[in-house]
Amino acid sequence: MPELSVIEAVRETMRSEMRRDSSIILMGEDVGHRGGVFLASDGFVDEFGEDRVIDTPLAESSICGVALGAAVNGMRPIAEIQFADFVWPAINQLVGEAARVRYGTNGVKTAPMTVRVPYGGGVRGGLYHSQSIEVLFAHTPGLSVVAPATPYDARGLLTTALRSNDPVIVLEHKRTYRLAKGEVPEEEYSIPIGRAEVKREGSDISLVTYGLMLHYSLQAAEMAVGQGIDVEVVDLRTLRPIDAKTIIESVSKTGKALIVQEDTPAISVSSEVAAIIGENCFFDLDGPITRLGPPEIPPMPFSPVQEAAFMPSPEKIFDAIVRLAAI
Amino acid sequence: MAYEIVLPHVGESVTEAVISKWLKSPGDSIEKYEPLVEVITDKVNMDVPAPESGVLGEILVNEGDTVAMGAVIARMETGDSVQANSDPKPISSRIGTLVQGANVGPTGGEFTDTSLATVPTSATEVAAPKSETGSRNYSPVVTRLAAKHGIDLSTVTGSGLGGRVTKKDVLAAVESGGHTELAPVSEEDQVIEPTPIRKMIAEHMVRSVSEIPHAWSAIEVDVTGLVQWRDKNRSEFEALNGVKLTYFPIMLHVVASSLRQNPKLNSSWQDGKIVSKGQINVGVAVASASGLVVPVVNQADKADLSGITRKFTDLVSKARNNKLDVTDVQDGTFTLNNTGALGSVWGGAIINHPQAAILTTEAIVKRPVVISGPTGDSIAVRSMMNMCLSFDHRIIDGVEASEFLQSVKNGIESITADSDLK
Repeated sequence: MPELSVIEAVRETMRSEMRRDSSIILMGEDVGHRGGVFLASDGFVDEFGEDRVIDTPLAESSICGVALGAAVNGMRPIAEIQFADFVWPAINQLVGEAARVRYGTNGVKTAPMTVRVPYGGGVRGGLYHSQSIEVLFAHTPGLSVVAPATPYDARGLLTTALRSNDPVIVLEHKRTYRLAKGEVPEEEYSIPIGRAEVKREGSDISLVTYGLMLHYSLQAAEMAVGQGIDVEVVDLRTLRPIDAKTIIESVSKTGKALIVQEDTPAISVSSEVAAIIGENCFFDLDGPITRLGPPEIPPMPFSPVQEAAFMPSPEKIFDAIVRLAAI
Repeated sequence: MAYEIVLPHVGESVTEAVISKWLKSPGDSIEKYEPLVEVITDKVNMDVPAPESGVLGEILVNEGDTVAMGAVIARMETGDSVQANSDPKPISSRIGTLVQGANVGPTGGEFTDTSLATVPTSATEVAAPKSETGSRNYSPVVTRLAAKHGIDLSTVTGSGLGGRVTKKDVLAAVESGGHTELAPVSEEDQVIEPTPIRKMIAEHMVRSVSEIPHAWSAIEVDVTGLVQWRDKNRSEFEALNGVKLTYFPIMLHVVASSLRQNPKLNSSWQDGKIVSKGQINVGVAVASASGLVVPVVNQADKADLSGITRKFTDLVSKARNNKLDVTDVQDGTFTLNNTGALGSVWGGAIINHPQAAILTTEAIVKRPVVISGPTGDSIAVRSMMNMCLSFDHRIIDGVEASEFLQSVKNGIESITADSDLK
């Protein structure tokens, strides 16, 4: 079984799916001859041609709007947003339109489109190349939002997204692109949307997280072993719909919940997870539902010192684990 | 302007304080930094100074109350220049009102909203959460598990922050039957998990000893006549009734009638009152395979000897075969325990809570006894038995205990070979 990075898993998935299904087209800024800024589509234009691998103007509204039009008319477009920070001009096309096609046409039309969105910080990207933008999409009924953190999950969820008949936002954490490596089967497989996964079993605390923070949380969980604390790590993988069942099962077992995310906590994924736990696990709780996230400031800072201060780290997560375990 | 005085934070780990003494009364004028209230924390005792100059208004917490740091403890009026420490309540004109039936459709006229809810205007005060120490902060899972397993949380040692009882502590208590930690044992020792019935007996005994102030009395009974009566009537009785005749039912018969004459022995201390029981239901302690059980001979004073014997024999047989049901063991008002069957000659039994007393019949032994008669003293070999009484000293004093014992003694000693016991 080959070991791939996340970006390699994304590339191989797109390549094999485009070979399988000629209705899949890829469009975005520099996705063609440049192969994408992260080289996700390196060599694609040579194999699939300029009709299927389309370099677009710097206009996300157009990328997503054209993709939506193509999707409604029988294609299966992949819209690549170069950086999540630039997705805002396409909000109307995605939240206002794509999410409502099936509902608005009473199921006559659907929008089978995949929007790949590299997001997240810890990459010295500063104000315009580091944002976490998941909340707005995860809030929107009609969209599915996945956030795979491992190469295996990236391949499985992107495969599902490309075969879905409804719009899926695929959040790819930039720092995991080349940081996270893992085995990915060569044979075809898919992972259902809406299924979290217990990445590490434990009995003392349920740590619910996603994205880059999964890797940091797993490191922190190993550090906690030395303190005699057994942490269960739940990887959400899908942010809409959130897999409440897996969360409830885990927290009901451990009695304590720590939710870790890179996005600012107020009105966020962690808010929703906390609500799910509060509504469903009250009589099993043995400590306050606890959240760890960055401070509530507008952007990811550019200064390395401030960026490190902003980002949750394995050490900060470890501290939160120890504090919650002691309660 | 109105100003809320809060209990200031005094240190990182201090989360609450007890209001010791208010140094000012409502209406007093106070100067900024003037001592206002004395508080006691687990670290320090201190005076809290007035945060501003002005007039003290309402005091919100009483002396002796425990208050969380940051909580509002009083109100005061200050000069207008002082900025309030809480946001002013927005005035309703700034909030605006929502108009029932306004046109809110996408084009400004098609959709009439009639969904606005009517909000009651009388706002109810939300009580501030009571500040408690960690040891009394029971989480939902802790209270649920404690209720499910019948764990008294006050007996569980907390391992959490501030001595909080955690889920793990409760589960450990459930495992060990209510006790959190086992003292270390040596390798040669064996730790035995008590059976459920053993645990119940243990609980019952602890309850009795910790609630009931026990006192003891004993009496010596000459049972020679009883022994002779049994020897003479045994085969006829057993042929007639089909059950074995032992001494115990005869004594039970006597005890039941003595209880009728001494009702205090047949009572119960309940919630500060003495409940004198109408029925005389005598429990008899029986060692069964699964442990000590106490089936009850109901209305023992109403039955004749053959009735009591049959009932007693039936209960013992049920007990030995684990066939007792709930109705066989409930409603006892007094307990008789034949420890003599085990060779015991003296004992201090534990009362069967919530009864008032327990009586033991000890071993019958032949002893040389001085008999006083009209022709002077002589020594005779007699069958002798001790009876030991443990009684609830809240209900019964020594006098009543002795009267009861004397009554039993007289009842038994009046039996002769020729008595007509039914």
